[in-house]
Amino acid sequence: MSTYEIFVSLAKVGLKVTLQVTFSAAVLALVLGGISGLARMSKHKIIRFISSVYIEIFRGTSLLVQLFWMYFVLPMMGIRLSALTAGILAIGLNFGAYCSEIVRSAIQAVPSGQTEACIALNMTKVQRMRRVIIPQAFVMMIPNLGNQLIELLKSTSLVSMITLTDLTYQANILNATTFETTKIYSMLLIIYFIIGLPLSKGMKLLEQKVSEGRV
Amino acid sequence: MWNWDYAFSILPQILAALKITVSATFFGFLLALLLGLILSILIRADIKAVSLAVKGIVQFIRNTPLLVQLYFIFYVFPQFGITFKPFTAGILGLGIHYSTYLSEVFRSGIEAVPAGQWEVVKALNFSQPQAWTKIILPQVIPPIIPVIGNYLITMFKETPLLSAITLVEILQTAKIIGAGSFRYLEGFTIVGVVFFLLSYSSSQLIKKLEVRLGKSN
Repeated sequence: MSTYEIFVSLAKVGLKVTLQVTFSAAVLALVLGGISGLARMSKHKIIRFISSVYIEIFRGTSLLVQLFWMYFVLPMMGIRLSALTAGILAIGLNFGAYCSEIVRSAIQAVPSGQTEACIALNMTKVQRMRRVIIPQAFVMMIPNLGNQLIELLKSTSLVSMITLTDLTYQANILNATTFETTKIYSMLLIIYFIIGLPLSKGMKLLEQKVSEGRV
Repeated sequence: MWNWDYAFSILPQILAALKITVSATFFGFLLALLLGLILSILIRADIKAVSLAVKGIVQFIRNTPLLVQLYFIFYVFPQFGITFKPFTAGILGLGIHYSTYLSEVFRSGIEAVPAGQWEVVKALNFSQPQAWTKIILPQVIPPIIPVIGNYLITMFKETPLLSAITLVEILQTAKIIGAGSFRYLEGFTIVGVVFFLLSYSSSQLIKKLEVRLGKSN
């Protein structure tokens, strides 16, 4: 098999699944991260407790263990997830926990004078968050979220271990049938690297865009 | 659903496999520290070509999945006559992958050393190795210890990936047990709990350390 044929074969079958998992899990992680990050700072003890349990459990155990748990253990409890759903859910929940720390630390890094100014201007709590605190915190979050996005893309390779036909899975299959080991795995590394480039470039651009005109 | 008798019966087997996981983490991290330091010094090299090449390599390794790198080491190297045992391949994979992260940590630590220190070294006529070992590194290491500790925990949590290259570590042990008895619940849950207990307690320790280091500065 020529290098080009290997590239086509990998890209044709696996690329779509890898991108699909990356995108869906990233959206899920962002939503979960935002919610649990805010919940961690709630004034209600119970909400704080629930969100820190979620964060510590998903940060404290290994992603692959979580993936296996969802794919192999949940069916025993009558919850049967497809490999795709289990993959997206596990990666989304795992990275959501990391994102929540980014969200929380960024919000806490907004100078307290901003909050005081809002109170002085008689803004409601929602207004304060929506118009003053979060826009400033968001700018600080972007570089870290960008790093997490690359980590997330890399971690999607784990879904190949629960039989989801992503790039890595396809490479393993191709390797078993053609024995072009060197070409296949080199190409696989290059493909992942290439997918990552626009992602990190895009996040850099976004960073510039949102920090325009700010000091 | 959850069977305590069964859980206790498989517990010793899983804990025995923990030895493999911990030793892979230990040796992998040792390699990562060493390579990371070398990379961070090479990136600062005066020769532009060296610095650029090392930067490129670091970027590439950082932006590609550890799992694929493990496959590469385990399946591609034998094509060139270099065969590794799963354990060795795993340590190499973990070590090389995390060295690229640690090199960034070292770099930031080195850059935080005031320029005056370098001038002093020059004024006192220290040789380059002397300068690094006696003046620069002793100032670089202590502030970055918490960050390094966090990477140690992250790496520990990545060791289940080594099961992909046939290393029978803690997760693979649980999977084998599960495949034999068709009960996955207890095995995988125990593995999760073990990871949680170890990584959570060590991260609390690091937090304490961070507070203490912060106070001393």
